[in-house]
Amino acid sequence: MARLNPWRWGVLGLAGLYFLVPLAASVVFTVDVPGQGITFDAYTQIFSTDGFVSSLLLSLELALATIAVVLLLMVPAMVALRLGAPRLRPVVEVVCSLPLVVPPIAFVAGIGTVLKWGPDHLSRTPLFETFVAIQNPDFPFVLVLAYVVMALPFVYRALDAGLRAVDVRTLVEAARSCGAGWPQALVQAVLPNLRGALLNASFLTLALVLGEFTVAQLLGFQPFAVWIVNVSGSQAQLSVAVSVLSLLVTWVLLLVLAGFGGRTRTASRG
Amino acid sequence: MTTTLPRVDDTATAAPAQRRRRALGWLAVVPLLAFVAVAFGLPAVAMLDGAFTAKDPATGATSYTVDNLTASLKGAYLTALLGSVKLSAVSAALGTLVGLPLAQAVVTSRFRALREAVLTASGVLANFGGVPLAFAFVATLGNAGVLTRHLGLTDKGWDLYSFWGLVIVYLYFLIPLMVLTITPALDGLRAQWREAAQNNGATAVQYWRFVALPVLLPTLLGGFVLLFGSAFAAYATAAAMVGSSIPLVTLQIADAISGNVLVGQENVALALSLDMVLVAGLVMAVYLPLQRRSARWLA
Repeated sequence: MARLNPWRWGVLGLAGLYFLVPLAASVVFTVDVPGQGITFDAYTQIFSTDGFVSSLLLSLELALATIAVVLLLMVPAMVALRLGAPRLRPVVEVVCSLPLVVPPIAFVAGIGTVLKWGPDHLSRTPLFETFVAIQNPDFPFVLVLAYVVMALPFVYRALDAGLRAVDVRTLVEAARSCGAGWPQALVQAVLPNLRGALLNASFLTLALVLGEFTVAQLLGFQPFAVWIVNVSGSQAQLSVAVSVLSLLVTWVLLLVLAGFGGRTRTASRG
Repeated sequence: MTTTLPRVDDTATAAPAQRRRRALGWLAVVPLLAFVAVAFGLPAVAMLDGAFTAKDPATGATSYTVDNLTASLKGAYLTALLGSVKLSAVSAALGTLVGLPLAQAVVTSRFRALREAVLTASGVLANFGGVPLAFAFVATLGNAGVLTRHLGLTDKGWDLYSFWGLVIVYLYFLIPLMVLTITPALDGLRAQWREAAQNNGATAVQYWRFVALPVLLPTLLGGFVLLFGSAFAAYATAAAMVGSSIPLVTLQIADAISGNVLVGQENVALALSLDMVLVAGLVMAVYLPLQRRSARWLA
């Protein structure tokens, strides 16, 4: 079975080529500019380029807000499902999987339509103010709403896997019989046991928000991914350089996550 | 479990405690459901409503109609929808065909480190789409790309901003997705089955034809529709790469939303979105039962 055959190395070699060449070529593209020779300008310019810092900050703020909202909504609900409302579980599972059936572009078409109700029908009501407020370009909360919905399936799966590994009911009852109140039992007994799952969910959400382009572009905001595309027209080298960097950051994040997940899995097995 | 704890082993106190717990459960789930109803339900209803609404340009009166839906299945819109289906089907088929041998090569390898590395890399690459992916390929195979320049590909008729260009780019995240999907099923193929086939005089081809492939078939089909759905919904990569020179349904919707087409076409965009949701729903309806069926062999 486990003989060394050329077929296997052929397959792996070709795959390696296909997956590594675009990455290597991107780096070459940013460093080896036609007519200028080898130069690292594309990388040194990044920070001084207009819009880089502000768009990156906007993306990070959106990501933090999304993580906060999605965890605040999901963690109590998921824990409660384990504790006292098992009959609601299929409901929550279906609700959290629904966003998978709606492609982001269709979702944003719907959001755009709802936002148009503001000026069309609601201009005399206090709701109109809300519509304006959530579209504030300095911090478009409407994007947070959309990202939370898009993150639901991933967060659900991450938390579900984490909760599977602990006996929430026993934990809570033990904490309660030791005199802890409900909030204390949740924060001091359950959450520490879910650290891995919470980190997992947060990392996935962070990666999703940092890379998100569709919703932000079509609603007319300019977080990081939209900014890269806008700058690519005039500064091709720079946009590829930023892409390479953002890739590296995302990959390091996800690799850390994969390493973390692997370690906790072996730890719980041993 | 609960009966071992002194607080609840008395049935008289157990009932109210249970009821309180159930009430608490509802209380914790309601915010989530309310949020989804507003942030997801409202846009969904707006999309449905808009897809079936027509506005009379003269009087401003609105009425319900299926005109938008029929319009979304005609002319340039139909071309875009079919273009998306064709692109997704071709990429998903190629992704399946390439992903299977790659996963097989990794699974049967003796080196655990290789296996771990490939699976971790697949997890990362499968999530790698959108803008950075588009730019990586533009830098590699685009008009001024490194490979294009050094190998003189333009003279040989190469064009990244074409159907096959997009297929090559999409495969970059579809193949890893397939490897991730198929690996558990390949792990589930028992060595004894191959040995039993060999003892009965079967060749490697016969083993694959009569034993391995039938077992893998549900997973393979499930993986294919998953890849299809993933490619079908993709927008950012194509938008950052080709603009709207290739007819794709996502690009058409984006054009209509940003007002790049005739006034009054917004509702056709919503009808197109509805078409997309139907296709995506169909994909899920095929995928979930197949996944459940393939899970039987892995137990």
